Amino acid sequence: MAASTSPPADLSAALVLDPVASAEWLVILPVAWCLAIGALLVMLRRKIDWHPYIAVLGLAGLVLIDVFLLRHVLASGPLTMVMGRWLPPFGIAFTVDLSGALFALAASVVALAGGIYSLADINDSGRRYGFYPFLMLLMAGVSGAFLTGDIFNLYVWFEVLLISSFGLIVLGSEREQIDGAVKYGFLNLIATTLFLITTGYLYASFGTLNMADIARKAEGLAGTAPLMTLTALFVLAFGMKAAAFPVNFWLPASYHTPRVVVSALFAGLLTKVGIYALIRVTVMLLPLQREELSFVIALVAALTMLVGAFGALAQSDFRRMLGYLVVAGIGSILAGIAVGGPGGIGGAIFYALHSMLVMTALYFASGIAARLGGSFSLSSLAGLYRRHAGFAALTLMLAFAVSGLPPFSGFWPKVMLVKAALDIGAWWLAGALLLTGFLTTVVTGRFFLLAYWRDAGAGEGATASATISPAALLPLTALTVLALAIGLYPEPLLATIQTAATGLAEPSAYLNSVFPGGAP
Amino acid sequence: MKSVIFRAVAPFLASLMVLFSIFVLLRGHNEPGGGFIGGLIAVSALAIYGIACGVETVRRAIYFHPMAIAGAGLFASAVAGLISIAARVPFMTGLWIYPSVLGVEIPLSTVMLFDCGVYLVVVGAISSVALSLEERGGE
Repeated sequence: MAASTSPPADLSAALVLDPVASAEWLVILPVAWCLAIGALLVMLRRKIDWHPYIAVLGLAGLVLIDVFLLRHVLASGPLTMVMGRWLPPFGIAFTVDLSGALFALAASVVALAGGIYSLADINDSGRRYGFYPFLMLLMAGVSGAFLTGDIFNLYVWFEVLLISSFGLIVLGSEREQIDGAVKYGFLNLIATTLFLITTGYLYASFGTLNMADIARKAEGLAGTAPLMTLTALFVLAFGMKAAAFPVNFWLPASYHTPRVVVSALFAGLLTKVGIYALIRVTVMLLPLQREELSFVIALVAALTMLVGAFGALAQSDFRRMLGYLVVAGIGSILAGIAVGGPGGIGGAIFYALHSMLVMTALYFASGIAARLGGSFSLSSLAGLYRRHAGFAALTLMLAFAVSGLPPFSGFWPKVMLVKAALDIGAWWLAGALLLTGFLTTVVTGRFFLLAYWRDAGAGEGATASATISPAALLPLTALTVLALAIGLYPEPLLATIQTAATGLAEPSAYLNSVFPGGAP
Repeated sequence: MKSVIFRAVAPFLASLMVLFSIFVLLRGHNEPGGGFIGGLIAVSALAIYGIACGVETVRRAIYFHPMAIAGAGLFASAVAGLISIAARVPFMTGLWIYPSVLGVEIPLSTVMLFDCGVYLVVVGAISSVALSLEERGGE
């Protein structure tokens, strides 16, 4: 009826009329898949015994989708789908390039590891509380943030993942958790609001929210629009999300309170979403302004690294120490963003991917250590090496990886970052990177010495008979093996990351994917 | 609540409001209204019924747990977007069918399915909050 009475119009000016190839669905599928499975789990609230299996299968499916997505992007370049077939910049575009696909894949691997670990960590009350639906919706938000090509849509996915993370962080409703959740929630809400305000400001200056459109128009608006203000505000908002130096205090104050698996997922996913958004906005959308701000970002990076490393040195709680190590890692990534160029940006992306895998694995290790030793505190953990040599070996490998020692995954990005910093003559930044690596080695060495090598005193062998659950050991082993494999054979990943970094710096392929016919 | 008048009127008022909420939901395609506002009206109906007759009565009356209703709504909305796969158009494209039932043409669309999903999410999520607040506030 409606169709027959409407006057004839040239629909090709407004709509995508070509049939959509099935491969294009890979862009939206990670988000739609996670949302649908999350909704299914909410519906099945009486069958909580099924939840873990549905969620783990769902996350395995997500990994598979992201693998196909990465393969497709590697083979044929950036991929775009516009919602509701409206042409960009008016339709909301989902555009994935190589960096987005890499981040999405790493995030799904981390989430799958978390899903498996949760079989050993989340009890019935946690399931009834809705751990698995929250996990799936968190992944919908994280995947959406990595795949979207619209800056307001990016804000929406930030909100989705933030709300899910609120649910996860208060899981269990203990006093300490509420305390951590308030700090976490308050700071993140401020950051999100700042992001929203900045997005509004950006829309007022550009008249568009599509990232490809913004990247295209940024140069022409350089004289008239307050691009410097916009960039500074974005850096502050995303820096807060990523826990960069002056606004980093919320992370160590909250990441040690929730369940181990929740801490692990947060460490692997949330700060990295902030980093990804920062890279996307400063490197691709506003490159000239990043150049001007690079000294400030470098200063923030060096301070973030040192605060993280020294903070970790002062801790006596396994998980609080890891919280500071996450911050130190964020500093290293920021150093790459500050330096810029293929080496710097490539190093930042590589370091972020490495940090996602290794920090998650380290949180798993802390959870297993606490189960074996009865506490997270360094004063009562002891003698783990004597009782569980294999587990101790895994932890040691991860400790080397996070310190940036070869032959593990942390080594190569650190080399890239130090080299990129020296190449532009920022010797002090390279020095800060190396000093942080050294301090991190001291931190992890101290922990290993005290918690693993020290002999358990009398009366501390109460939990000597405790065993490691296979559901906890499997993801830890898998992530450690992955870190080792990346360290031993970095060539394919390095080449991919270089292409991704070049694609961010010269986004012509990205723009072509959104606007196939050139300028409208 | 102890008022006899309120208790006698509440069920009628609630059913009228639910009816009106569905009217607002369906009208929302081309005119003011839609899933969100319709859902809010339905929740106020449930809240009034709860204040008058007790939360337990409401929970029995809606049969499903509010969060399960919200989950079903989210699922329906996701499915509404995924139907586009079959038609080879991008995600969330509006698709229409016009089946005629007893000689009357009824336009159905994925947009409507999405809006019904929004309606259910709002009904489920907000009534979940409202009912648990009433439960704790009453005693």
